[in-house]
Amino acid sequence: MGEADPTPSQTVGPFFDIGLRWLHTPELVGPCVPGAIRIAGQVFDGVGDPIPDAVIEIFQADPDGRFPPDTETGWRGFGRCLSDPDGGFRFVTVKPGSVAAGSAPHVDVSVFARGLLQRLVTRCYFGDEERANAADRVLRTLGDGVAATMVAPAEDGTYRFDIHVQGEKETAFFAW
Amino acid sequence: MVSNQVTKGLELDPPYDSPGYRSTQLRFPKRPLLVLPEGPTELHGPVFGDLAVGPGDADLTRQHAGEPLGERIVLSGRLLDDRGRPIANQLVEVWQANAAGRYAHAGDQHPAPLDANFTGAGRCISDPDGGYRFVTVKPGAYPWRNHTNAWRPAHIHFSVFGRAFTERLVTQMYFPGDPLLELDPIFRSVSERARGRMVSEFELATTVEEWALGYRFDVVVGGHLATPMIG
Ligand SMILES: [Fe+3]
Repeated sequence: MGEADPTPSQTVGPFFDIGLRWLHTPELVGPCVPGAIRIAGQVFDGVGDPIPDAVIEIFQADPDGRFPPDTETGWRGFGRCLSDPDGGFRFVTVKPGSVAAGSAPHVDVSVFARGLLQRLVTRCYFGDEERANAADRVLRTLGDGVAATMVAPAEDGTYRFDIHVQGEKETAFFAW
Repeated sequence: MVSNQVTKGLELDPPYDSPGYRSTQLRFPKRPLLVLPEGPTELHGPVFGDLAVGPGDADLTRQHAGEPLGERIVLSGRLLDDRGRPIANQLVEVWQANAAGRYAHAGDQHPAPLDANFTGAGRCISDPDGGYRFVTVKPGAYPWRNHTNAWRPAHIHFSVFGRAFTERLVTQMYFPGDPLLELDPIFRSVSERARGRMVSEFELATTVEEWALGYRFDVVVGGHLATPMIG
């Protein structure tokens, strides 16, 4: 069989709750597991209003920098959180290990919503990894202001990762 | 160093900024998109083969005490990568309106009847040949407020996982011959030559005599792997 054109993306629409809520998985680990961290934020539109109908998905390595299926622990590395009425989302996870030289710890993030014909893709880096972030092959090619939109500051054990899909504080997204 | 701005080759996916679809207006990014950093995180993906998904989850007509109203259909196809290779053991999720065009969702205000025997959600794990199969009813068209007299063509929402983060896809499947397709800004957000990839085919081979019409819909993921690897 030859190469096939990929199926185009379409919006997740407003009623995804019916089909996607069953796999609402904001906890990749239990909150009391040693090393558990929180990543929390809100999703905002171009005028700063929260987006209450978004799906945030994350994917990441385990603390040893390994991915499924090559982990003994059954680590899936995946979380899905349906945003709340304030556009809020919250994951409990562990900090991923380094996955390559010149790559700071990061979590890949997908945003799906009504009005998004394709998902938006970004990365969440950790604000307390200054040295690794400064050496990161992706972050260091970007201007400071752009890079900062992908770095979540640590506040009381929670990494705050707000996502602005449009506007002055717009998050950096990758072409998809 | 790699340029941060991207040039995409195929443009098969719809643009974020699609004025005919009003909800894109405040939700499309205005800054240039960055080059995809295809490092190990992007080239791996979650594995779902162990999820508790049973045969009942793929038959949307057997999830309640009685059978839903509407035209019963068998919907099957294969999950493939962009070289046509099957993707086995991965998660396929679907959701849809009922035969009257109403979602079992509090936010759906369309004054069409709900059906106590239909939730409209299904899921399955692809078989070793990438195959999936759902039994459901054909969804109805429904109005939305995007523009005057706007109606969505009948469609089933699909969410699939490929082998890598880059292959994650959410799309919609449409039905052949629907006159609403050419009027729908969401369908038409996709370039003309790629639109056909979202339309299922009627298939006599999967049609079950005296029971249900068969539709075939292959889902092809990928096509994002041509960009440079930058960690
Ligand atoms: Fe819909």
